[in-house]
Amino acid sequence: MILRALLQIGVLLLLPPLLLGVVNRVKAIAAGRKGPPLLQLYFDLAKLLRKGAVYSRTTTWVFRAGPAVGLAAIATAGTMLPVAGQPAIVSFSGDFVLFAYLLALARFATALAALDTGSSFEGMGAAREVSFASMAEPTLFLVLVVMARATGSLSLSGMLGPALAPAWRAAAPALLLSAIALFVVALAENSRIPVDDPNTHLELTMIHEVMILDHSGPDLAFILYGASLKFFLFGALLVRLVADVGATGFWSAEGAFVLELLAFSVLVGVVESFMARLRLTRVPQMLVGASILSVFALVLLLR
Amino acid sequence: MTALLALLAAVVATASGLPGLLFRRRPTLAQRLSAGALCLAAAIGFGAALPVLAGSPPSVLHHAWGQPFASLSIRLDPLSAIFLVPILAIPALGAVYGLAYWPQAQLGARAIRLQLWYGVVAGSMALVCLADNALLFLFAWEVMALGGFFLVRSDGDRTDAQKASWVYLVAAHVGTFAIFAFFAAVGSARGSFDFAAWAGLRSTGAAAGWLALLALVGFGLKAGLVPLHFWLPGAHAAAPSHVSAVMSGVLLKTGVYGLFRTAGFFEAPPASWGIVLMALGAASGVLGVALALAQHDLKRLLAYHSVENIGIITMGLGLALLGRARGAPGLVLLGFAGAALHVVNHALFKSLLFLGAGSVQHATGTRNLEKLGGLARAMPWTAGLFLVGAAAISGLPPLNGFVSEWFVALGALRALELPLLDRASFAVLVAPVLALVGALAAACFVKVQGTVFLGNPRSADAARAHESPRAMLLPMALLAAACVGIGLLPSLVVGPLSRGAAAWSGMPLAELRPDALGALDSAAWIARVALLLLALVGAVLLWRRRQRTAPDPVSETWGCGYAYPTARMAYTGSSFAQILTSGFRWVLFPRVRFAPPRGFFPSSSRFSTEPREAVLDLALLPAVRDYISATSRVRHLIAGRLHVQALLVLATLIAMLAWRLLWW
Amino acid sequence: MGAWTDMAFILVVVLDLFLLASSRLGAAIRAVALQGALLSLLALLLTSSGHDLGHMLAVAGGAFFIKAFLIPWLMFRAIREMAIRREMEPLVGYVPSLILGGLGVVLSFALSRGLPLPTNEMHPFLVPTALATVWTGLLLVVSRRKAVTQVLGFLVLENGVFIFGLLLTDFMPVMVEAGVLLDLLAAVFVMGIVMFQINREFASLDTDALSSLKD
Repeated sequence: MILRALLQIGVLLLLPPLLLGVVNRVKAIAAGRKGPPLLQLYFDLAKLLRKGAVYSRTTTWVFRAGPAVGLAAIATAGTMLPVAGQPAIVSFSGDFVLFAYLLALARFATALAALDTGSSFEGMGAAREVSFASMAEPTLFLVLVVMARATGSLSLSGMLGPALAPAWRAAAPALLLSAIALFVVALAENSRIPVDDPNTHLELTMIHEVMILDHSGPDLAFILYGASLKFFLFGALLVRLVADVGATGFWSAEGAFVLELLAFSVLVGVVESFMARLRLTRVPQMLVGASILSVFALVLLLR
Repeated sequence: MTALLALLAAVVATASGLPGLLFRRRPTLAQRLSAGALCLAAAIGFGAALPVLAGSPPSVLHHAWGQPFASLSIRLDPLSAIFLVPILAIPALGAVYGLAYWPQAQLGARAIRLQLWYGVVAGSMALVCLADNALLFLFAWEVMALGGFFLVRSDGDRTDAQKASWVYLVAAHVGTFAIFAFFAAVGSARGSFDFAAWAGLRSTGAAAGWLALLALVGFGLKAGLVPLHFWLPGAHAAAPSHVSAVMSGVLLKTGVYGLFRTAGFFEAPPASWGIVLMALGAASGVLGVALALAQHDLKRLLAYHSVENIGIITMGLGLALLGRARGAPGLVLLGFAGAALHVVNHALFKSLLFLGAGSVQHATGTRNLEKLGGLARAMPWTAGLFLVGAAAISGLPPLNGFVSEWFVALGALRALELPLLDRASFAVLVAPVLALVGALAAACFVKVQGTVFLGNPRSADAARAHESPRAMLLPMALLAAACVGIGLLPSLVVGPLSRGAAAWSGMPLAELRPDALGALDSAAWIARVALLLLALVGAVLLWRRRQRTAPDPVSETWGCGYAYPTARMAYTGSSFAQILTSGFRWVLFPRVRFAPPRGFFPSSSRFSTEPREAVLDLALLPAVRDYISATSRVRHLIAGRLHVQALLVLATLIAMLAWRLLWW
Repeated sequence: MGAWTDMAFILVVVLDLFLLASSRLGAAIRAVALQGALLSLLALLLTSSGHDLGHMLAVAGGAFFIKAFLIPWLMFRAIREMAIRREMEPLVGYVPSLILGGLGVVLSFALSRGLPLPTNEMHPFLVPTALATVWTGLLLVVSRRKAVTQVLGFLVLENGVFIFGLLLTDFMPVMVEAGVLLDLLAAVFVMGIVMFQINREFASLDTDALSSLKD
């Protein structure tokens, strides 16, 4: 039992950087390049953690605390997500509200740290991040409400547990619509194309990357790792929602889960390779569209 | 017994301004005495309220009064007790803050006046929550409204304060009029003006609907529900900051208290009332925060956030009413608990933020966001405490704002358990609305904290800022500690809140118990997760500190190659909010001044927006102006001509006589 | 079978929402074509077993030909000849019209249960989908500037009416379909003529330019 819990925590903590490596590899292959090694992010993290950091004269303790708070909040949110066929470490009625608000706390800390530098670029990134997040947040809630309605459970472990399979049989259209909305939210929250380009080199067009321009060394490592963790969380939410294979054995469930996550990363990589980044003025449109899809899904279940 | 104590607290609070008048020669001592009296009143009030919250039966005090229909009836039940705690605590803390912020030693008569009315307002607010008789309630209500008027005018000579105070007075009296009509109708129907005789009002039929609407307008005006919020930002911004803290933090809550109390009178209110309240709450929440995002004035911004938070409270109340209509104890408990706890929480963090804003104004002389910046260096304590308030009002864990919003959101989700095909289950939409409001509030407070305290100073005033004296920091620290405390130990509040829900809804406590136990279990989990979060943050920071061997090198902010950044290059608050405010153009009606750069060598260009209060500036004031200009013609006609005036009087008499004879 | 019908209805609504958000004319025309194809599919799926199958097949085939093939082809020709690609500045922005459209969808799905209907409902989604589609068409006609988009809005409106017509097939077997199809053709002809006319006279398809005629 304890071994299994440890294994789950291990997957939660160790797998995320690999997912981003897969995304980057898929993008490289689609562009006809060879691409960085799959484990590149692990190497980067190890290097950054050994380095020192440079701080701007303008910054205060808020800047130094930002990455730590962000990482801790995302990791805490991770304890509420059922990783494989088992319930999560933390599970109670209404836990998904806490899950969403912990992610909001991470964003709050990162955006404040960005403003602490006094740089206009980072202010711009922070403004975009919080603005788009406030359009994505209701969608996330709506998707979770749809899941709560379909499964009759108010905790993440219950929603993504055994009640999900009958829910798919009873309410497939609504769940499918909300899964699409969730995918859009996942792309937006993780600063992926078509909302944000993680590899862009022009500060004026960035969202997430420009917020963290001034972070260096271990602080940057915390942020990068936190971002991969967040990617993992959204991916896990999505694959558990759409592709819960219902494997009963512990090992098969765990294995299937990891494979599905890798498939999710490939999907994100494909989307990133074949879509252009939207103009910033079009991003709200996409996010509002996703919320309306999820409202529609909810209405289908409520009527 | 406890009712007597509570009454004593109200009396002590009311009289707390007297030392200033009596010891004019020794202003410092007098002001300390007055603040001490308010603290004493708070202590007595806690002594009265806490036993009731802990489960002792409601305490009643009945005494005859010479006035017709009136009686000196005091009743302290859990609902009153929940409101009484912040109503006495916040003025006490504000008075301590006022020792340094508004010293009698320097301001003399103005400070004496302020302290007198401050005490009167505090005492009358307490009496409003305690009154068990309609006339006593109205008396206290009117004293409170008038006291508020004089408090807004404390800064007397400023024109904006004068204008705001008149708007406030008119709004307050329209509200009082509606409440008066409501009380008169119910009282004459019931034959008694004691609230005790009003329980079980019928809630079906058109008459009940009109009664409820009167109460909604009257109390909604005081609470600041959209679109009745128009008086609020001006009044709250014009008052001195510790008065703003009291007005925004607790004075508004008397309106919420009125809504709660009135809803308690009715027996089995229909589901539509709950839905109307939820819709109004959702509108207040979203529009309040949208209006706040567009503000440049720190205190106006905070005032608009009160509209938002009143919206959250109203959504909770609507859920609780819906639960009563459908007989769903889960909805009643969670809706009530969320609303009532948010009343307390909002009092805590909004006062904290207003006191912080006062410190900023004290230190820099301005509250214009575009002129501030970088204050965290000069005033680290204020910045840190303000940050706690900002995170709390954004509903972020592990602070108190999250706990109450969590109750409301979970209550909304319990609407899913209503029977299939019940349209009331659409109440679940409160949860995503809450998420939207929370995210927008977080965006707004990132903007506030970032433009006021972080980055570089944007003006010479901001660069000269200094940390506030200890008397101003101490109340803020206590408020911040309370925010953290409720956030870390939410289990403590579940018991009192469920007792309040039982007393308010008339449902037996046993029926609510399963849901209360569920909420208790979840609250315990929230506490554990909060501790885990803090532990993780601590661990990461500790590792970071140990890993650091030499002091970190310091350099300029990375400017993408530009090495000499100035504060003028930093992102301003308006730019920060631009994406969101442009999305809300249809409610903000901003006045935009835009001179775009022209030609190949543009010399100057500028862009500025000025938010307007749509209801007041675009609807009410023009309407009043038109009315005055229309009637001024009549005035011209009769001014100074006695015979015309006499003719008018005669014509009126004849018309009334004719009406009396022919139709009546 | 039931799940497929559900999905078809939902896709019709999703296409409504897509039309409200899309600024590219080509994509919008394709969406309308897809919607038309779905409608003819729905006409088949909803045929009750006792019904005249051959007749229904003919109607569905006709609808498919006109809605999914003929009209889109005409529209594509129109935009090619006029060399316009996208609606530039709608009167009501994309996000507000999306929100309005979403509101319409929510209300029609939430409230349609209470509507008094002449016949028993063939499918729970039929009436709300029809209402939402009509609402979308109205919104498009009202909120867009370009004549092409307005024609598209009109087509969506007709699609909504067609769905209502499906409800009445038991009552008036031939009338409804014929009426709807004719109506549609007439609409396209009229609008097409008007469109080319405007284009030739003013070298622009902005109907706002028409209002300057009145002075």
